[in-house]
Amino acid sequence: MNSSLVAWILRAVPFGTIIMYGAMGEILTEKSGNLNLGVPGIMYLGGFAGFASAYYYEKLAPHPNAVLCVLLSLLCALAASMLGGLIYAFLTVTLRANQNVTGLALTTFGMGVANFFGVYILNGATYSAAPLANKAYAAKLPVLSGLGTVGQVVFGYGFLVYAAIVIAVALHWFLTRTRAGLALRAVGENPATADAAGVNVTRHKYLATSIGAGLCGVGGLYYVLDYNQGIWSTTGQMEALGWLAVALVIFTTWKPLNAIWGAYLFGMLYWLYQFLPSILGLSISSAMTELVQMVPYVVTILVLIAVSLRRKKEDQPPAHLGLAYFREER
Amino acid sequence: MSGHLSHPAGAEPLVRIARREGVGFWQKVLVRAAAVLLALVVDALFLFFVTGLNPLRVYGVMWGGTFANFTRFSWMLRDLSSLLCVGIALAPAFKMRFWNVGGEGQILIGGLVAALVMVQLGSSLPAPLLILAMGLGAVAAGALWGFVPAWFKARWNTNETLFTLMMNYVATSIVACAVNIMRGKNSALGTLNRASRAGWFPAIFGQRYTINIIVVLVLTFAMYAYLRWSKHGYEISVVGESENTARYAGINVRKVMLRTMLLSGGICGLCGFMLVAGRDQTISTATAGGRGFTAIIVAWLAKFNTFYMALISFLLVFLERGASEIASAYSLNEYGADIITGVILFFILGSEFFINYRLIIRGIHKEGR
Repeated sequence: MNSSLVAWILRAVPFGTIIMYGAMGEILTEKSGNLNLGVPGIMYLGGFAGFASAYYYEKLAPHPNAVLCVLLSLLCALAASMLGGLIYAFLTVTLRANQNVTGLALTTFGMGVANFFGVYILNGATYSAAPLANKAYAAKLPVLSGLGTVGQVVFGYGFLVYAAIVIAVALHWFLTRTRAGLALRAVGENPATADAAGVNVTRHKYLATSIGAGLCGVGGLYYVLDYNQGIWSTTGQMEALGWLAVALVIFTTWKPLNAIWGAYLFGMLYWLYQFLPSILGLSISSAMTELVQMVPYVVTILVLIAVSLRRKKEDQPPAHLGLAYFREER
Repeated sequence: MSGHLSHPAGAEPLVRIARREGVGFWQKVLVRAAAVLLALVVDALFLFFVTGLNPLRVYGVMWGGTFANFTRFSWMLRDLSSLLCVGIALAPAFKMRFWNVGGEGQILIGGLVAALVMVQLGSSLPAPLLILAMGLGAVAAGALWGFVPAWFKARWNTNETLFTLMMNYVATSIVACAVNIMRGKNSALGTLNRASRAGWFPAIFGQRYTINIIVVLVLTFAMYAYLRWSKHGYEISVVGESENTARYAGINVRKVMLRTMLLSGGICGLCGFMLVAGRDQTISTATAGGRGFTAIIVAWLAKFNTFYMALISFLLVFLERGASEIASAYSLNEYGADIITGVILFFILGSEFFINYRLIIRGIHKEGR
C-alpha cells in the first residue's frame, strides 16, 4: 500500500474519532428534539476538565498510576460536559428559552471557561502537557498493531477510537431496538403524542441532552489527551471541530451507524489538502490548500440539499427539532 | 396524572406553570434588570473565588474600559456599531423565523470583495467612485451568500440553520485562500493601500470609523421603520408567525423569503465593507471576529427591535472592553470576558421565562388570570 495513503489514514481516523464523539452526542440530543448548538463549547468543557484533572493528578500524586489517571480524566470530562448539557437542558426545557440562542451562549461560555482556566494552568508557559495520560490514551494494542501495514492501519490507535465504534453500534441498537429508544424518538418527533402515551417528555429531554453532552465532552478529551498529544494549547481549533461534528450529524442523516464511516470520511476530506497532492504526484500552491479545506463543509451542504430533495421519511431531522414543548399550549 | 381525578388535593403538583398575558413594560424591564444584576453577582462570586480580587474594584476597572476617557468611549462606539450592524442585518431574517446563522460568512465575503476592489481598482478610480464600487461589491457578495441558502429553503425546504452555518466555513476558506494569494511572499497581508490610502474612509473627528457609526445609526432607524411600518415588514412578520396564514392571505412566501435574505446578507456584506474600509484597512479570516454569532443573541434577545438591540450590543461590548481592561490591570487573561458574557446571557435567556409564564404554587389560589 502507498505509504502516504497509510499516513493519510493514520491521520484521518483519530481526527474522525473526535468528531464522531461529538456527532453521536449531538444525534442523541437531537433525537429528543433539542438542537444544541453548544457542541463546541461542550467539547471545550470536556477537553479542559479531562486535561486539567490529568495534569494535576500527574503533578501532585507521588506515584501516578496510568489507569487511575485515565479513569479520573474520563470522569472529570464527563462531569464537566454533562454539567454544560444540564445548563442547556434547564434553560431550554424547563425555562423554554430559545434553543439556537442558548446553544450559542453555551459555546461562548464553554470556550471562555476552558480557555480562561487553560491559560491559568499554562501560567506563562507556551503549552502544558500531561505525558502519562497521553501515553495511556494513545497506547496501541501491543501485538496486533505490529502486524505490518494492515495491523498499523486497523489496530494502531488508542482505545477511545474503538470505544467510539462500540458506542455507535450501541446507540444504533438503543434507538432502533429498545422501548426507551422508541420513546426518545417519539419525544423528538411529536412530544404531544409521546406525552399522551405516557412518556415523560421532560425527563427524556434532560437525559438525552446530558448524556449526549457527555459524549461530546469525550470527543474534546480525546482531542487534547490523544490527538493533541496531551498538550493544552489555547487555540480555536476545537471550535471548528465542534461545528464539524454538527455538520456530521446532518451528513449521517441522524443515524449513529453512518457516523462511523462518515467521521472517517470527514477525516480523510479534512486532511485531503496534505496528502492528495503527494499521492497524485502534484504540487499545489499553499493558497489552494486553504481552498481544499472547505471540502468537508461543501460535502455537508450537498448532503443537506440531497436530503431535502429526496424527502425520504427516514432521512429527515426529528420533526420537533428546535422547538420547545409546553403541554398547556397546543 | 391519573391520580389527579381521584385525589385532587394530594396530586396537584407543587408548582404549576401558566402563560402570563399582557405583561407591562416596566415589569419586563424589572425582570431583565434583575436578571442582569443576578448575573453580575454570580460573576462577582466567580471573580472572587477564582482570583481572590475584590469584585467591586474589578467592576470599577471594568467601568473604566468604556468610560475612562473619550478615546475608550469612541472605541466602545466603534465596536458597538459593528456588532449592532450585524444584529440589524439578522433581525428581518429572524423575524421571518429564518435562522440565518451565516452572518459570519456573509461579513467575510463582503469584506473580501471590498478588499479586492480596493487593491485592484485603488489606483484607477477616484476616491468616491472607488468607495462606491467597494460598497456595492460587498453588498452584492453578502447578498449572494444569504441568497443561496434562502433559495434552497424556499424551493425544497432545506434546513437553513445548518446550511448557513456551513456557508461560514466555505467563506472562511475562500478568504484564507485569497489572503494567501494577495500577500504573495510576505508573511502577513498587512495594511492595504498603505501609501495611497485609496479606499479608506476619510477621518471625521480624527477617526475613520466615525462613518461606520453614522451609517449604523441611520440603519438602526431605517430598519426599525422597515420592520414596523412598511408592507415588507408586515409580510415578514406574517410569514414568521405562520407560513400557512401568509399563503392564505395571498403573500408569496418564497418571494418574501428570498427578498428578506438578500437584504439580510446584503447588510452583513455592508458590515464587512465598513470593517475593511473604516476600521481594519485589511482583510483576514478573523475580520468578522465572531460577530455573526454574537449578533444572533443580540437580535433574538431584543425581539428584533433595533433600539433594544443597540442597548444589548452596548452591554456586550461594555463587558468585552471591560474584561480586556481587567485582563491588563490584573494580568489575567481576556477569556474571562467570555465567561462573564456567557453567564449574563444565560440569566437573560432564563429571565424570559418569568416574563412569559407565571408559577402557581399549590395551595395559593389567586383569582383571575
